[in-house]
Amino acid sequence: MNSPAPKVASGYTTTEMMIVASARQLAGERVCFVGVGPPNIACNLARRTVAPELELVYESGVFGAVPARLPLSIGDPTLVTGAASVTSMFELFACYLQGGLIDVGFLGASQIDRYGNINTTVIGSYRSPKVRLPGSGGACEIALNAGKVFVIMPQSRRSFVESIDFRTSPGHLAGARHSDWPGSGPAVVVTGLGVYRFEDTTGEMYLAAVHPGVTVEEARENTGWDLTVSPELETTPAPTTEELRLIREELDPEGAYTR
Amino acid sequence: MTERSSGKVTTMRDAVADLVRDGDTVAIEGFTHLICFAAGHEIIRQRRRDLTLCRLTPDVVYDQMVGAGVAAKLVFSWLGNPGVGSLHAIRRRVERADPAPLELEEYSHFGMVCRYTAGASRLPFFPLRSYSESDLPVANPRIVPIDSPYGDGSVYAVPPLNPDVAIVHAQRADARGDAQIWGLLGCQKEAAFAADRVIVVCEEVVDEEVIRRDPNRTVIPGLIVDAVVEEPKGCHPSYAQGYYDRDNRFYLDWDGIARDADRLDAWLDEWVRSLESHAEYVEKVGAERWARLAPGEAWSDPVNYGKYS
Repeated sequence: MNSPAPKVASGYTTTEMMIVASARQLAGERVCFVGVGPPNIACNLARRTVAPELELVYESGVFGAVPARLPLSIGDPTLVTGAASVTSMFELFACYLQGGLIDVGFLGASQIDRYGNINTTVIGSYRSPKVRLPGSGGACEIALNAGKVFVIMPQSRRSFVESIDFRTSPGHLAGARHSDWPGSGPAVVVTGLGVYRFEDTTGEMYLAAVHPGVTVEEARENTGWDLTVSPELETTPAPTTEELRLIREELDPEGAYTR
Repeated sequence: MTERSSGKVTTMRDAVADLVRDGDTVAIEGFTHLICFAAGHEIIRQRRRDLTLCRLTPDVVYDQMVGAGVAAKLVFSWLGNPGVGSLHAIRRRVERADPAPLELEEYSHFGMVCRYTAGASRLPFFPLRSYSESDLPVANPRIVPIDSPYGDGSVYAVPPLNPDVAIVHAQRADARGDAQIWGLLGCQKEAAFAADRVIVVCEEVVDEEVIRRDPNRTVIPGLIVDAVVEEPKGCHPSYAQGYYDRDNRFYLDWDGIARDADRLDAWLDEWVRSLESHAEYVEKVGAERWARLAPGEAWSDPVNYGKYS
């Protein structure tokens, strides 16, 4: 191209903003346990931008994946071809995750509370659920054993709730984690509205940044508790044209997750 | 054609008829990769009932089997259509007991893997650092906290899982049942060693010499195998690394099929019950679709095991 492209893009989707904001959180990280869907795109975007040394680990037993196409599932064959290692699931969970080698674990959530405790099991009661959700998968062990946890999820009053219906994956409990747990728990939550972090002392989530065009009021309206807002609230820088190009042309060309 | 000297090599129909019984605990393992749909379909055709189905991820194969009415209980750790969403036949049974209740016994992935590991090594339990402050041990009292006998904290224990039958799919096996897998290994090895009876299904039955030239790749020894079934493309819409790709289109389509109980039943009639065998299913899927699922080539380099004689 001859004319210089604008650095900041103007038209992008909420999901694209969420993925870009999540990818930037991975700057400087080394070993990342990847989930399917948006986390997968975010981690692959990070590897091409802020974290070129990032090792992608998938619970299906893959260490050091270099996916040549967007995997629909975390067990896609493209994760195997070219990977540094493919192990049994026992080895992956025992030696890599429980062995303490994972810096960041990505989790999704159907419900999250102010302390980052996560429900992916049921809406309603466990014995007669209104909605039966998938359950833990590897989330419960990631929540306890990964060095820290990043969460990507859509935000509404139904997902950001005062009290979760089932605690699948413990976060900061009622304010503090157990001292003998290997991992330090949720560090960042990225939604379609903004970026949330956790107070060191109280373990409570606060709004650290809003995405462009989002107001604090919108964030409050979509939170089921009295939301704390950082006095140094930032605005997430909009996606750059390069970040969007990578998502649209290389990582999710069919728009399976981003459009 | 491989010489089939061993009595283990059989058809899927005979393997299921001989080794899968009403009320059995059955594990068709394989994490996304090498899920033996052909076996699930044959179990549906033979109208098995009251099975306890074990898998980390019940996947579309168990949604089909539950929709067909073969199962009374699921033992699992992640209940979804990977990358797509829900398993609707299972959800109907769990949320609305439609058409009947379905018992659930739920763990995490590592918990399930540890259960098979305990089962395979004949241990009374297996310890792991999961479940602390999770509601999972409340929902499932078989997940129990235990103190370390060495006084350095507590962990959680899960009980052994010893299926009556494990069905595992491999890329290749010999007539004795020595099975070689590459790509995602899941927990097929642990599930097979834990089971009383083992059916190995494979893309190709090969000469024993092929297996012996690359022994590191053998995941399951014939010693523990009761039946060997050659069933090419037996995993569709799951996949076999290097043989055919995952049919993601089918996984997406299943969402629409399974949402409606009548549509699901019509699908089972058309694609399972009215067919005699998996070979007919492969034919029905059609050459065009198989061509689309054919991967390119990516060979590993041979290794030298050395000759020591």
